[in-house]
Amino acid sequence: MTILLAIFALPLLALIFGGILGFASIKFKVEGDPIVDQINALLPQTQCGQCSHPGCRPYAEAIAAGEDINKCPPGGEATIEELANLLGRDILPLDAEHGEEKEVKLIAYIREPECIGCTKCIQACPVDAILGAAKQMHTVIVDECTGCDLCVEPCPVDCIDMLPIETTVQTWSWERPKPAVELIASEHQPLRAEAVS
Amino acid sequence: MSISRKLYSFPGGIHLPENKLQSLGLPIQSVPLPDKLILPLQQHIGAVAKAIVKAGDLVKKGQCLAQPQGFVSASFHAPTSGTIVEIAEHEIPHVSGLSGLCIVLQPDGEESWCELQPIADFNAAAPAELVEKIRQSGITGMGGAGFPTSVKLSPPANAKIETLIINAVECEPYITADDMLMREQAAGVIEGVLILTHILKNREAIIAIEDNKPNAITAMQHALTGLSEPHCIEIAIIPTRYPSGGEKQLIQNLTGKEVPSGKPPLHVGIVVQNTATTYAIHRAISHGEPLISRIVTLTGEALNKPGNYEALLGTPIEHLLQLAEIDNKKLSRLIMGGPMMGFALDSTELPIVKTTNCLLAANSAEYPEPTPANACIRCGACAEVCPASLLPQQLFWFSMGGELDKAEQYNLADCIECGACSYVCPSRIPLVQYYRATKGELAQRSADLKQSDHARDRFEFRESRLAREKAEKDAKRKARAAASAKAQAAKKAAAALAEKEGGAPATGGETDMVAAALARVEAKKAEAKKTEQKQDVESTTEQKEAVTESVEAPSKPQDPS
Repeated sequence: MTILLAIFALPLLALIFGGILGFASIKFKVEGDPIVDQINALLPQTQCGQCSHPGCRPYAEAIAAGEDINKCPPGGEATIEELANLLGRDILPLDAEHGEEKEVKLIAYIREPECIGCTKCIQACPVDAILGAAKQMHTVIVDECTGCDLCVEPCPVDCIDMLPIETTVQTWSWERPKPAVELIASEHQPLRAEAVS
Repeated sequence: MSISRKLYSFPGGIHLPENKLQSLGLPIQSVPLPDKLILPLQQHIGAVAKAIVKAGDLVKKGQCLAQPQGFVSASFHAPTSGTIVEIAEHEIPHVSGLSGLCIVLQPDGEESWCELQPIADFNAAAPAELVEKIRQSGITGMGGAGFPTSVKLSPPANAKIETLIINAVECEPYITADDMLMREQAAGVIEGVLILTHILKNREAIIAIEDNKPNAITAMQHALTGLSEPHCIEIAIIPTRYPSGGEKQLIQNLTGKEVPSGKPPLHVGIVVQNTATTYAIHRAISHGEPLISRIVTLTGEALNKPGNYEALLGTPIEHLLQLAEIDNKKLSRLIMGGPMMGFALDSTELPIVKTTNCLLAANSAEYPEPTPANACIRCGACAEVCPASLLPQQLFWFSMGGELDKAEQYNLADCIECGACSYVCPSRIPLVQYYRATKGELAQRSADLKQSDHARDRFEFRESRLAREKAEKDAKRKARAAASAKAQAAKKAAAALAEKEGGAPATGGETDMVAAALARVEAKKAEAKKTEQKQDVESTTEQKEAVTESVEAPSKPQDPS
């Protein structure tokens, strides 16, 4: 008798829980892939396409699908590290094939007297940071520029420069003090090459 | 006299050699007009002010030269009458040594005031009117940070201000500007407190003074007893311990309340104002004078005549140093602000700004070159003196290792950069400099994050816009194709109808017409052959042209499709 009870009770429970799970999977269905959003949040959003994807989100989707995490030069080592932490993958050195990490952030500037107003850079800009119209001078909205370089190539008169952002009183910050070893001349370690020669 | 106020305490703190007597020997000195005044557009925290004068303009003393841009910003006024020479980049007194836009004013020596509009009876005025007057007078915190005062005095409607604290602590060594101000202008300071009380409708007002300023305490108490009207002001004498003048430390010391991390004192119902700011408010309301001068302590062993000087804003430092009889041979370092939180200056061409409370011209004995740091021996002395109860040693490791997240978790943002930890460090590690650098990196990181979010929004918007444009183009093309298909169908239907009605099919008719035309041409040719001998060449050409016309004519109504 008890065995029968068990035989009936278990499928009954299975049915109930199955029902709950089925309901939850419809009611609380996750739209889209949340991991893609998390990866996308770590990418620098320059939309430069150096990873050979047309923008950061497509690369995030590719990473979620298993692509390597070391193809983003603007993000550099820091981004690779964060992605590795998020995804539980190994930290890889930056893939040199896709470019090198820049020391300082650069911003596009148009040498305005030379601009012929061809609108090619406007079409290339992934974040709509260039203003202008056909046969009118163009200019870059500096605050919106991500420094992706994509406008430099299409310019037929080469009037776009990538320049570092000027430090202002608002953006200036203190530098880390130099370690004592660098301050005391006598404690400087002679370079190995010098020591050998 | 309520000197019996119960005091609390704050953690940490250090006792420093005070060095205040040097600059207390003389009363407040007036400063003769310099050759030029340099007025930076940014003398405050917040948005840069916008110049409303141009080079060549003649201005009166007290005339507004620059307007605030945005809520957290401040205006400033002409410290004396004269001519605007230029508005140009000039070195400004900032720790970075960078330059910024400055208005340069050449005094004409007449000191002719513009029309001043004092508020005769502040008790009859609406608080909002007084706050606006304070904003128009360009008053910012004069203790060091330079936060626009009107912002502090405009709490949200639901905030209830219990306590107003006047910070007359002046805990940094050497500085005596507030001390001298209270000694000489006690009544004005008290008047300022009454104005603030009227604005904030606070229950109590506490003027906090360190016990190393007995003369200032006496003067203030004297001024307070002289008040005829009832008031809620009391003077609290607090023990001398650096940094008791830090805003959060002072609140904790006086009320026992701790201001939560990242929140303003308003959060616990308290507003703190500096003494000099309070006096400036009195000048602005009762006399209508905007903030155009301030008291600066000139001190240090390199000066032969140290003291407090009432200098116009924009006065070049060199002018003041000459007045205080500087001995350039003794000078080893020139510091703006106090020895603990001030910064070294590279140039003496810099001007005095609203926040300049002290110029310290130190000789090499007072301010020796920093010796190189040794390794941290983990003694923990820094943690004992930290007034914000942080773990300076841990923060130091995180800063060294660039562990920004960890530093943030250990509340680096609550560090007030007082320098007590560096002062007690037996290994002479410049701890505060590490914290400042790390704070800068954290700020940079959050700015980058904000920018990348913004870039993502713009990128996604662009993508959606391009998709929309493409869809619109597709839709248009489809609509055009549909329209032409419809027209075609209509034509076919019309042709079918014409066929039904008995006429020859349109296409057949056309062929017939062509055939007829060709026949006509043949006939004409034959006729022409017959008459060739009789007629000349010209007439033939005429006929040929006519033929071409007749051939073309029937093809005209044809549909190009």
